[in-house]
Amino acid sequence: MEYPAEYRYTREHEWVRVDGDIATVGITHHAQDQLGDVVYVELPEAGTKLQVDGAFGAVESVKAVSDIYAPISGEVTAVNADLIDAPEKINDDPHGEGWLVRMTVFDTNELQALLTAEQYQQYVAAEAGA
Amino acid sequence: MAATDRQPPLRPTPLNRLHRAAGARMVGFGGWDMPVEYEGVVAEHNAVRTGVGLFDVSHMGEIEVRGPQAVDLVDSLCSNRAASLRDGQAQYSGLLNPRGGFLDDLLVHRLATEHFLLCVNAANQVADFEWIRGNNPFDAEVELASERYAQLAIQGPQALAVARRLTGLDLDGMRYYWFAQGEFAGAPAIIARTGYTGEDGFEVYLPPTEAVRTWHAIMAAGAGESIRPCGLGARNTLRLEAAMSLYGHEIDADTTPYEAGLGWIVKLGKQAFCGRERLARQRREGVRRKIAGFEMRGRGIARDGYRVLSDGREVGRVTSASPSPALGRNIGLCMLPVEYCGKGQPVEIEIRRRRVAAEIVPTPFYDRKRH
Repeated sequence: MEYPAEYRYTREHEWVRVDGDIATVGITHHAQDQLGDVVYVELPEAGTKLQVDGAFGAVESVKAVSDIYAPISGEVTAVNADLIDAPEKINDDPHGEGWLVRMTVFDTNELQALLTAEQYQQYVAAEAGA
Repeated sequence: MAATDRQPPLRPTPLNRLHRAAGARMVGFGGWDMPVEYEGVVAEHNAVRTGVGLFDVSHMGEIEVRGPQAVDLVDSLCSNRAASLRDGQAQYSGLLNPRGGFLDDLLVHRLATEHFLLCVNAANQVADFEWIRGNNPFDAEVELASERYAQLAIQGPQALAVARRLTGLDLDGMRYYWFAQGEFAGAPAIIARTGYTGEDGFEVYLPPTEAVRTWHAIMAAGAGESIRPCGLGARNTLRLEAAMSLYGHEIDADTTPYEAGLGWIVKLGKQAFCGRERLARQRREGVRRKIAGFEMRGRGIARDGYRVLSDGREVGRVTSASPSPALGRNIGLCMLPVEYCGKGQPVEIEIRRRRVAAEIVPTPFYDRKRH
């Protein structure tokens, strides 16, 4: 699975992609692989203000629940409603159709603190070897 | 996403390398490094409900008790009546503390009149062994025999069809909770018609050196039935649908068999046994709390440890919960005051600070005789 170079990543295994003023957020391929078949997604409503590193939802498989943390601060502008009936999109296409929310970007400096694709893959490899 | 904790080194079963080579996701359980899933929990769960699955349960502990008064020792420490067992018969029982709480739940097998095999939980095996050895006025020989046994579980409606190909023993005629000793896939084994899935099936105890070969033999024998290797993830969802207790969840040192809905393993009429006084009182006076089943009515999945609310007030905790692959609903067990345990009772489960509607329902959630 490829980790797009234009995305940024967190140590909690979320990704963020910025297009103009709007950021799209999802969980990484590694995260969905660890979780297994996703059966349920809990997301905030549009208009919810997210604080960087704050838990804002959850992705659940049969065996586990994972909180999702905001990679940056901002206001939710859209949620991926397709996931209600088809949460498996997170497994099938975690970096694309399995996106979770779109949000405004309060502070572009917060993006600088995130990992690049290369750093994230090194982080995952190190975590697996620990 | 939280990283998994790694504390003391985990013990491998004889099948550890095989699991890893098969791509299993491994997890620490009861001090052992165990496969939680291979392909996925749902596929493995469904295989056991509709076909057959194979589990490595070598983490389970075995304790052997021998001697002219072996049965007296077992009956003095366990709640069920071992004296009513015949050779080749097994029973589910509780190893209880003086307060009537569970030190462990276990299967008691009578190998011979003076020889019992106890199958206990991985995490409790050393404590169980020391408790039994330390409370043995019957001069019985007590052995922690776990090192001598690997254990494989063949479970599902097709388990008999697969297992009978591997042994000359009469498995067709073997009743539920009976066992036989003999060759299985060429290995000296104990084959019991028991399980922890709510399906028909067998649990096979065999020497650890035979485990890998026997695993392959079972997988080959079950190829026509599309037998699947199954991990602890499916084992948990299967036992939950069948509303079977898991130590540390539904039962623990503070929970009595009556509170756990396991009154049928308490034989107050037999000889004195550890914990009997408290149980006799509970039997007379009734329990104040007990394990109840629930189903989510609102959108959300309950998980172990979540709070159960009634009118906004905490009345209990979820002991085990999960989406149910067989039912397609979100189910769980919880410990509640008896006044909240009536069928149809509305409660709420607190899920990430949100209150979600649920309803008390009868258990088991899944019964193979009805499905």
